[in-house]
Amino acid sequence: MPERQRHGSSIGLPLTRRDGPDKVTGAARYSADIRPDGLVHAVMATSTIAKGRVTHLDLAAAEAHPGVIAVMTPDNAPPLAKSPDEKDNPFAFRLNLLQDHTVRYAGQPIAVVVATTLEAATEGAALLSPGYESEAPTIGLGEGGIFTPDSVGAGSPTSDGTGDMEAGLAAADARVTATYETAGQYHNPLEPHCSVAEWDGDRLTLHTPSQALWIAKARLAGFFGIPPENIRVVCHYLGGGFGSKGFLSPPQILGIMAAKLTGRPVKLVTRREQMFGPVGHRSPTRQTLTLGATRDGALTALGHHTLSQTSAYDDFFEASGLVARHLYASPAISTTHEGSRADIGTPIFMRAPGEASGSVAVESALDELALALDIDPLDLRLKNYAEVEPITGRPFSSKALRACYAQGAERFGWDRRPRAPRAMRDTDGLLVGWGMGTATYPAGMMQGEARATIRADGTALIETAAQDMGQGAWTVLAQIAADGLGLSLDRVTLRIGDSDLPNGGLAGGSTGTATSGTAVHAAAQAVIAQLADLATTDPASPLYGAGNAGVTASEGRLARRDDPARSERFGDILARAGKPSVAAKGQGAGEPASRKTYAMHAHGAVYAEVKVDPDLGQVRVTRLVGAFAAGRIVNPRLVRSQYEGGMIWGLSLALHEHAAHDRRSGRIVNANLADYHVPVSADLPSIETILVEEHDPHVNPLGIKGVGELGITGTAGAIANAVWHATGVRVREIPITLDKLLT
Amino acid sequence: MGLSIMSIPITLTVNGVRREIVLEDARVTLLDLLRERLDLTGAKKGCDRGQCGACTILVDGTRINACLALAVSHDGASLLTIEGLADGDVLHPVQAAFLDNDGFQCGFCTPGQILSAVALIGEGGLAEEGGPADPERVREGMSGNLCRCGAYAGITQAVLQAHAAMTHAAMHAPDVLPGGNLTEDAA
Repeated sequence: MPERQRHGSSIGLPLTRRDGPDKVTGAARYSADIRPDGLVHAVMATSTIAKGRVTHLDLAAAEAHPGVIAVMTPDNAPPLAKSPDEKDNPFAFRLNLLQDHTVRYAGQPIAVVVATTLEAATEGAALLSPGYESEAPTIGLGEGGIFTPDSVGAGSPTSDGTGDMEAGLAAADARVTATYETAGQYHNPLEPHCSVAEWDGDRLTLHTPSQALWIAKARLAGFFGIPPENIRVVCHYLGGGFGSKGFLSPPQILGIMAAKLTGRPVKLVTRREQMFGPVGHRSPTRQTLTLGATRDGALTALGHHTLSQTSAYDDFFEASGLVARHLYASPAISTTHEGSRADIGTPIFMRAPGEASGSVAVESALDELALALDIDPLDLRLKNYAEVEPITGRPFSSKALRACYAQGAERFGWDRRPRAPRAMRDTDGLLVGWGMGTATYPAGMMQGEARATIRADGTALIETAAQDMGQGAWTVLAQIAADGLGLSLDRVTLRIGDSDLPNGGLAGGSTGTATSGTAVHAAAQAVIAQLADLATTDPASPLYGAGNAGVTASEGRLARRDDPARSERFGDILARAGKPSVAAKGQGAGEPASRKTYAMHAHGAVYAEVKVDPDLGQVRVTRLVGAFAAGRIVNPRLVRSQYEGGMIWGLSLALHEHAAHDRRSGRIVNANLADYHVPVSADLPSIETILVEEHDPHVNPLGIKGVGELGITGTAGAIANAVWHATGVRVREIPITLDKLLT
Repeated sequence: MGLSIMSIPITLTVNGVRREIVLEDARVTLLDLLRERLDLTGAKKGCDRGQCGACTILVDGTRINACLALAVSHDGASLLTIEGLADGDVLHPVQAAFLDNDGFQCGFCTPGQILSAVALIGEGGLAEEGGPADPERVREGMSGNLCRCGAYAGITQAVLQAHAAMTHAAMHAPDVLPGGNLTEDAA
């Protein structure tokens, strides 16, 4: 599919980012770049123990430091209208907002120092020299006792399945049982969580990085006992979130409390090491896969049991078993979860929550089965291709996975792969391995709303409190609007990133563009219908009598469908009606009936090449090819970037990310970006993305599925399988680091 | 502690403008000076310990992590930040190349990436005499700048394009730098 850069409208064009010029010139203002008059600085002091209580803070030393204005502790923190431990819905996660002196995890905020300068606040926080009454923490996965949670992930059932596992395994010619572990991971968007908070009486203006402005507004209204309309949350640019900014975290709210305490606008920015605790993470997991298959590769049983970890004080369970519910056909499927508790911060949604950690285990296990059966890994996946969703039996709303497998394999050269491991070397003597994996992620939708206004000068305004964290909302929502309004892109102004605008849903769960895009499309259609109504009922209009359905919008004009020569400019219609503008709202949400009838997922196939030093065990990914199908692609340039970013996250999961706890203190020993490894440019020599065409008439009116999370799934497994193919060593403890290849 | 408030006058040239600055505190880093006192917020604080590169600026033409540099020890230095890179409305070739090649998503690391790339190209060594830049050397040279969104393919492509544009401009028209878009779509 040839792509040429073009500047114009609209859906399907690989336009460059509309926010790009601001981002390359430094003009884009992120939350911590906002500077109201009289701004003072707040710095958190965080706990160095994981369990116990704070018995002493040297308040005098901190307060005596020049520039320090206030020290906020449980003893003087502004009271909240609602306890941060109250859980009135499953997603109201308990927060540590200085409600008491208890320490629940290392890195928990225990005080906030406010000062006229950042330097003074930082020094003041260090001077607090906390004393503790410390208890031995529970840190390891499963060490605190194992139980069965009520639900996992975002309210998914703890167990689900079909058929008879025992019978399936009994009927198998080959069986694989293997246990895989994945490490705890921390989101670490490059922009730390922060707040710039300013109170005016009982009205709050907050600049903070948030993936969901209306959810943030509602939560704050509860805490501060004021109506939501008194709160304005602004976030025009969001420096990465990956799930950690879906819900407000303690640091963001502590900044607001500090502003209330001091009566000054306050800026509080989380320090990087403080990003390893109070702002969520992906739980470590231990997953046991039990597979049975006939000699020709047909699965007879697919069992996936997951143990994940939550905090001692709240519930969030990584739902690694979701992948096995949707991806491969098997007469018997069993997916179950258990949980354990530890003295850590509560985990939270992290890019492909559940699917990312689950996919690497499922895809690894499938390759272990392929080895046992001496079948090509791709053939094994094709053999178990799910024509309908395996457990529910529902048809897929669309599924171009076969094309993904084929196009990716061809591009990669998969058919030249030798079956045996350790069979390829490069000219430097490095071991070369090829592996593959299947990508899958649900095509979900949230609820959102948008407002469209057409003005007498023929321009339009689109407003929704959606969020751009890099996925491209600034660009793609304008593209969708331009098409819906029949205007060129340069005549459409988009306003997003402000909670005073209509609810834009959540930039997360791969739902953002599907939800807010649908809302924008609906709003555009609604306002065009109003305009059409004005014209078709006006005897002076060339469109008089055409009926609302009998007109189309294009190039800033309404025209008769049956006679396009009879048309009128938007501005002329409004002028004659004596209106400066016309506005309408539209909704974006999943359509319940079709969501009940159809299973909705995006899919892909990822192929990886790795090179491994046979003496040192050093692994390098040298090639990644991903072929993905996710319905209609609004902007191929930006979607490609989402897939590639996702694949790099998959690489990171497979080879890099691992939060290492000191088990005695409960502290993370690598809580910084030099020791907590994430990929850099040199870690990825070659990455290719193929956009596979897919038409989905059911998922939403525009046929859009989300793309943000798909790329991680499949990729980590493909890399793990490539490492096996290179070395003959199956590492079941993820990330795969060189020490595990040398033993 | 008994730390007293002090006044330390220094002179910096920031984006070509000479500025007399009185520091009230010896602990102020160049990054915090730019962000908190001069309202130049393009340089970002991602880690405050020289590990992420989001604060990269040029000091006397050399790329440094501004979070690790104390302002008082740079009296007399010349600073270039992202705000001073473009020539009015005309983007620097590296800025244009980042746009053309989609070398970013969220944009938080972008000012640091761009200034790092400007310095890297200036350092030489990306290419053999007169040849195109070697992608592997670009990746290595850009690896001090993290991009958590993973826009690395676009970043590498952007640096290659900018290198070509700047080399071409230096050879053929030293006074006029093209605005980029010299190579075909990276896709």
